[in-house]
Amino acid sequence: MQEQDPQVRATNFAEVACGYTLEEAMREAERCLFCPDEPCIPGCPVEIDIPEFILKITEKSLHGAYETITDTNLLPAICGRVCPQESQCEGVCVVGDTLEPVAIGRLERFIGDMAIAEGWESVPYIEPSGFRVAIVGSGPAGIACAAEMAKCGCDVTVYEAFHEPGGVLKYGIPDFRLPNEVIDAEIEKLRQLGVTFEPNTLVGRLFTVEELVTEMGYHAVFIGTGAGAPSFMGIPGESLAGVLSANELLTRCNLMRARDFPEYDTPLQMGTRVAVVGAGNTAMDAMRVCLRLGAGTVCCVYRRMRNEAPARAEEVQHAEEEGIEFHWLTTPVEILGDEDNDVRAIRCQRMELGEPDESGRGRPVPVPGSEFEMDIDMVVYAIGTKANPILGQTSSLRLDERGYIVTDESLATSIAGVWAGGDIVTGAATVIEAMGAGRRVASEMKAYLGLRDTDVVYHPERRGSAGKRFGIDVDEHDYVRVTA
Amino acid sequence: MSENPDPVRGGDGFAAASFEIVRREDFSDVTYLLEIRHPRMAKAAKPGQFVIVMEHDHGERIPLTLADFDPERGTVTLVVQAVGKTTREMQARCQVGTSLHALVGPMGNPSRIEDARKVVCVGGGLGVAPVYPQARGYKQSGAYVIGVIGFRSKELMFWEDKFRSVCDEFIVCTDDGSEGIKGVVTAGIEEALAQHSDIDEVVAIGPPIMMKFCAKTTRPHGIRTVVSLNPVMVDGTGMCGGCRVKVGDQVKFACVDGPEFDAHAVDFDDLIARLRRFTRSETAALERWQESCRVAAG
Ligand SMILES: Cc1cc2nc3c(=O)[nH]c(=O)nc-3n(C[C@H](O)[C@H](O)[C@H](O)COP(=O)(O)OP(=O)(O)OC[C@H]3O[C@@H](n4cnc5c(N)ncnc54)[C@H](O)[C@@H]3O)c2cc1C
Ligand SMILES: Cc1cc2nc3c(=O)[nH]c(=O)nc-3n(C[C@H](O)[C@H](O)[C@H](O)COP(=O)(O)OP(=O)(O)OC[C@H]3O[C@@H](n4cnc5c(N)ncnc54)[C@H](O)[C@@H]3O)c2cc1C
Ligand code: SF4
Ligand code: SF4
Ligand code: FES
Repeated sequence: MQEQDPQVRATNFAEVACGYTLEEAMREAERCLFCPDEPCIPGCPVEIDIPEFILKITEKSLHGAYETITDTNLLPAICGRVCPQESQCEGVCVVGDTLEPVAIGRLERFIGDMAIAEGWESVPYIEPSGFRVAIVGSGPAGIACAAEMAKCGCDVTVYEAFHEPGGVLKYGIPDFRLPNEVIDAEIEKLRQLGVTFEPNTLVGRLFTVEELVTEMGYHAVFIGTGAGAPSFMGIPGESLAGVLSANELLTRCNLMRARDFPEYDTPLQMGTRVAVVGAGNTAMDAMRVCLRLGAGTVCCVYRRMRNEAPARAEEVQHAEEEGIEFHWLTTPVEILGDEDNDVRAIRCQRMELGEPDESGRGRPVPVPGSEFEMDIDMVVYAIGTKANPILGQTSSLRLDERGYIVTDESLATSIAGVWAGGDIVTGAATVIEAMGAGRRVASEMKAYLGLRDTDVVYHPERRGSAGKRFGIDVDEHDYVRVTA
Repeated sequence: MSENPDPVRGGDGFAAASFEIVRREDFSDVTYLLEIRHPRMAKAAKPGQFVIVMEHDHGERIPLTLADFDPERGTVTLVVQAVGKTTREMQARCQVGTSLHALVGPMGNPSRIEDARKVVCVGGGLGVAPVYPQARGYKQSGAYVIGVIGFRSKELMFWEDKFRSVCDEFIVCTDDGSEGIKGVVTAGIEEALAQHSDIDEVVAIGPPIMMKFCAKTTRPHGIRTVVSLNPVMVDGTGMCGGCRVKVGDQVKFACVDGPEFDAHAVDFDDLIARLRRFTRSETAALERWQESCRVAAG
């Protein structure tokens, strides 16, 4: 796949990976072995029928491939871009044993982009069910649940605290990885399904979760509020002016468009020597945003090794190509300021990896006497996030000791008629896992409301073909009408 | 689709035009009041809470305290001081009939009103507006309320009658002595403390430096003192950490842990230093905007 040159792209917000042409996609699809035991399918959290959609690409049935994917994944253009494929579908691809695995994600993106460009939609025949469903939070979990419930005829309203829907997809992941137009296009498809978006609504404060099911009369509620609260390390110097969370940096840049200051009003003062602490996707995004906003040098400070970095492999590689310096096995112990309250330097310590910890990775232990200073004038924390406290403060939802919502296996919360899923249940995870949770809840909600659990997408080309999906005969699945 | 039995705001959702300004009042050439239609928020709001506003789609998200809310009229009231680009632009553009691009809230924890029997509510300058709902809340809960308001001079005063109507005693301070006591609000607090030995609580809202000195004034008396902090915010939902403040030996997010905190534990110097984080960009934005106004005016 074509990519923008690292030197050029480090100065712009256009997408790094340009996407396949039809020929490239066909060539890549030909590499699939169509393994009879389909090992890649369980590698995908939502179990997309991967060989099937790739087969359709080789047959040039691109619309067909789209329908196969959207059977289980509503947002191929997004997941194709941001899934950590190397640890999911592509990680178990048989071709990967000897060669590069089949680029499942890129093929998926190709189909997703094609669908947006061509205006394909899978708006089914929808018969109103008379039920009203409220979704709290418009991230991938909420969007997925909203779409499923709208498709089976429910009147769905999505409440979002920000002024625009999309969750982390919008405020966190930068345009050079996931352009805003892609998200907007996917949200538009939901609107076509009849979903209402209510931004500027802080649930818990404007009304409570309990009020949704009582006075506001919703028959079912899904909570997908994400794990947005940033962590800091608690070392000296964190309140200096140049210290901020990656969330603040990314929100200012992406959602509030500080990168176009002063055309947009929100400021973001960039340092000349930036250190980003952490090595997850958020850290990579923060570093690459800083580069694009004109930081002189940007470095990554991480207490483990490269192969333990939680970011997608492609993101680490892209960051390296763009000239980010990596300080592995290093942790900051103090941030030093000057008389103007600005950051002047950070004091760091070298680490070595000891016995494996619960995560199975070597536990980093400080090397005595290894402290050193780095000249830095801006520090960005990307060391993970915690549960947002607002719903806990304002409802009787049962939370665990870290503040995440407690659910049973069916993702039902302690309030009847209320489910939760995504990062607010699992802690920070991935887009596709959040979407998977949203879909799972949708199927639970349908059972609860007495709605038939099936998609009502019309697949004319699948008529007569054998096979079951969601335990229902594909033929029946194509014609079923949902009734209340 | 079925009928929506509980339209959150007037039936068709939050269409962009729905945060309509229904009343505007100018108190001075820098302070103005905006009353905005938002029935659901008017019902949900409690003293001590705030909102986040975006005037237009290129605008900044700025926090403003709810100075009043009226469930009957279905409106919320903000009192704004024009200090920089956004608040001056709002001063120029927000007229009756126009709408805000975004308005979200109420945010933050409501004030704890229940237990105190005798309270001093202190408002410095613009702080008079945000402390008013609390004075009213205390009055409604049956407490004895002593109001202390402070302004630089008589011409800048606003809401004097409104505030006075919910107070049992009322002390006015002006820097230049043009009305009431000549001096700052701490002089008013001292006077109240001198006359009442049984004050349970002092609530002080105003510029950080004023709140710092109010805390200093009450500390020797050991009276519970509450301040409402105003650090720079982005989301107001606990997601960015920009609003972090030092309270005792802990770091708190003002938007979700506050905005009210125990004044005797707040590190005001840290707050004041952090408020200067964006001074350079703020000055640039203001100058650029003023230049464009001059050009537009010919
Ligand atoms: C910078 C960054 C980069 C990432 N990169 C990747 C990646 O490359 N690949 C990948 O798979 N994953 C990535 N992730 C993780 C992924 O984005 C999350 O796991 C996923 O978005 C979680 O989805 P969610 O729906 O649970 O919550 P979110 O996406 O967090 O959405 C929650 C939404 O709920 C809203 N909300 C919160 N509280 C309330 C309330 N009280 N009332 C109303 N609305 C509320 C929030 O404003 C937000 O919009 C990344 C995360 C970040 C931060
Ligand atoms: C909880 C809270 C309640 C507030 N209530 C009121 C109120 O009722 N009335 C009122 O007039 N003002 C209030 N403020 C302050 C108000 O938000 C700022 O005056 C406003 O953001 C300034 O924007 P500006 O562009 O006009 O000025 P700028 O030129 O951007 O800034 C002027 C000053 O305002 C502060 N400021 C800038 N951006 C923000 C931000 N996003 N959040 C907080 N402070 C900022 C800066 O420290 C700066 O020194 C409140 C602030 C907070 C945090
Ligand atoms: S959704 Fe993600 S994990 Fe599943 S097939 Fe697509 S790229 Fe792979
Ligand atoms: S494992 Fe790889 S080669 Fe086999 S079917 Fe899946 S994508 Fe094709
Ligand atoms: S304003 Fe972002 S965390 Fe408080």
